[in-house]
Amino acid sequence: MKQQKHFQILAAFVVGLLFAIGLGISGMTQPQKVIGFLQLTKDWDPSLMFVMIGAIPVHALAYRLIRGRKSPLFDMKFHVPQSREITKPLIVGSALFGFGWALGGFCPGPGLASLGAGAPSAILFVIFLVAGMVLQRLYQKVAAKAAVRRSQLKPL
Amino acid sequence: MLHSILMALFGGALIGLAASLMLVLNGRVTGISGITNGLLSFVKGDYAWRAAFVGGLLGGGFILGQLHPEFFENTTGRPSVMIAVAGLIVGFGTVLGSGCTSGHGVCGIARFSPRSLVATLVFMLVGMASATLLKAILG
Repeated sequence: MKQQKHFQILAAFVVGLLFAIGLGISGMTQPQKVIGFLQLTKDWDPSLMFVMIGAIPVHALAYRLIRGRKSPLFDMKFHVPQSREITKPLIVGSALFGFGWALGGFCPGPGLASLGAGAPSAILFVIFLVAGMVLQRLYQKVAAKAAVRRSQLKPL
Repeated sequence: MLHSILMALFGGALIGLAASLMLVLNGRVTGISGITNGLLSFVKGDYAWRAAFVGGLLGGGFILGQLHPEFFENTTGRPSVMIAVAGLIVGFGTVLGSGCTSGHGVCGIARFSPRSLVATLVFMLVGMASATLLKAILG
């Protein structure tokens, strides 16, 4: 069990390494290119569409094969999200993400990989990315408290 | 353009392979915002692999940056304040929306998750509309 934990950690490191190299090769770590893909102007650069065209079929095929197994190699069970509900936070959060992505040309993965490469704008982006995540947690807590208060104030 | 497309396809295939390795080895989805956000929770026993993954991302960026510095920092010329606001919104939005380009866009669509399909459509459409509008405003 302890050894399995070590393998898990090593596997996650190797996956991160490979993922960053894929992001760099694909062009996703070049914010100017990302913005050129997102802005639909006369000189639109569609090439980044092919990142998903490259990634999704590979992973879709692997997913089918892997989910036939009882468990992953280094864990007791799969931890794949099962929810199917389309919720308001899903939509609002994704819309916010889309806007932020267009504003800076970075999404989280390329931001972290570019931070590793020492890109100055990525340093700034990642600091505020983490701050945004912390802010979301605080917001969640405040919203949960407000919901409790509302339920207590309900007239009898 | 053809060169860019081939690089995108090859890089994309590597990303798909990395996500598949994560699933077969650790049974996890490779959602970068989710894995990073989990690091802020300090849940015992659920910490080291997340840190190792982020370490791998940073390390992969470092190695590739040494070999091909041109893959990084193709600057937008946008002011620092805009990059900071972008980071803040992306951090907030990806946690609220439970995912980003990797978790929803690659892993979610590959397993035909309806939530991920919707999320990806929303962030692509909003991203394209915003970038197009920003281009019109900023030039």
